[in-house]
Amino acid sequence: MISVLQIHKKFGKLDVLKDFNLEFESGKSYALMGPNGSGKTTLIKIILGMVLPNSGDILVKGKSIKGSFAYRSDIGYMPQIGRYPDNIKIGQLFSMMQDIRPDIKEYDMVLAKAFGLMEMLDKPMHTLSGGTRQKVSASLAFMFCPDILILDEPTAGLDPIAVEILKNKILEERGKGKLILITSHILSELDELTNHAIYIHEGRVFFNDTTKSLKEITGESKFTTAIARLMEWSLKKKIDKTEMSHV
Amino acid sequence: MFKLLKYALYDIVKSRFALLYTLFLVLVAISIYQVSEDMSKVSLSLLNIMLMIVPLISAVFATTHFYNNLEFTELMLAQPVKRRDVFLSQILAVMFVLSMAILLGFGAPMILWGADASVLILLGIGIGLSIIFAGLAFLASVLTRDKAKAIGISLSFWIYFSLVYDGFVLYLIYSFADYPLEKTTLALVFLNPVDLGRIIMLMQLDISALMGYTGAFFQNFFGSAKGILLSSSVMLLWMFWPIATAMKIFKKKDF
Repeated sequence: MISVLQIHKKFGKLDVLKDFNLEFESGKSYALMGPNGSGKTTLIKIILGMVLPNSGDILVKGKSIKGSFAYRSDIGYMPQIGRYPDNIKIGQLFSMMQDIRPDIKEYDMVLAKAFGLMEMLDKPMHTLSGGTRQKVSASLAFMFCPDILILDEPTAGLDPIAVEILKNKILEERGKGKLILITSHILSELDELTNHAIYIHEGRVFFNDTTKSLKEITGESKFTTAIARLMEWSLKKKIDKTEMSHV
Repeated sequence: MFKLLKYALYDIVKSRFALLYTLFLVLVAISIYQVSEDMSKVSLSLLNIMLMIVPLISAVFATTHFYNNLEFTELMLAQPVKRRDVFLSQILAVMFVLSMAILLGFGAPMILWGADASVLILLGIGIGLSIIFAGLAFLASVLTRDKAKAIGISLSFWIYFSLVYDGFVLYLIYSFADYPLEKTTLALVFLNPVDLGRIIMLMQLDISALMGYTGAFFQNFFGSAKGILLSSSVMLLWMFWPIATAMKIFKKKDF
């Protein structure tokens, strides 16, 4: 459903993504992993058209995204940090997002209800805590039943109850055959939610296969240790590079 | 586009800044009206204050607004809307609020204590300068990724057009005092929107008689239909080019 074709992106002199190729298919849920600064968020932003690549192309549902904006109505995006205009109320934010998509008439308010946002629709955004803002972001991402869900660190800052609600929702949407793309540093969570692992290292795809074959290849039975092994391998490829970041 | 503008406007109108700025302008206008009865003196004093304050506040406010709304702009870019519309809704909302503040802040006392044509032109120049400096501030904002840097650039626009440029022109006039400089100064005036606003306004008042031969030349030029047309189109050009350039950069910017 999303094809990343020969994407190359430079920030100044730094090559963030190097001739990047990936294929995301519907019905699968992908865990996008990699150390800090490996290019995960850049990749997501390129898919969303927020960052423009130096070369290469992205196809969403077979169509190039160059110069197009309508394709974004197929994507539900939950940013890492959701910040909104201070004086807008939750209800107004919801109706604004609904206004932008006049073609969609049915709204999925399950998350908004489960998070208790419906009772605080007239609260201005600047009075909300960081966690509540995350809940708003999550509700918006799922509100229009998009075919593609891109979630950038979805559970960061949420309380355990909200995390459970969100996880169940993600699993439910996954069951409906949607394409789900999650980045996170919480590996146990990725293990629950995804069935396909992509590991990016220094702007290249280091691993791209199902979680099952990841475990087979690394010879580990647990997802977290399998990823740790993967990381070791990716570091060994370049032994002279010692200042790798944490994960 | 209008949907985005509606919400951008709602947010900005509700902010405390819009209210405080309008109140400030009202207070300035009231105090000046209290000091003098003579309408041309009032508009001259208002002009002098406006030429300093309005560009400064427009530039600083527009830059901070751009950066405060940056994350929201990013979110909007992930929605099915055009980049152009996201940009225009932000800048139009800022320009609208700045213009309304002048219109209400200076306009309300005028309705109370009377106004003439020169005061209306003053309002027009105030709105023009707000738009120009908001445009320059957005240009500064899209050029950098850092709020402090962008505010610095916006402030240097203000310092340059309000202070440095005049010094430069004065130096030029004194150095070449032996030559006829009318046309040169006229051209130089067109290169600075603040000066252009000031001259357009001064020509409306009788003070130009005090400015000697150059004043007479200016009076002649800005009084003619050609001069009015030319000066207002240059003013419009000043409003237009920063926005157009900023939008061009915004369309290619990485967020």
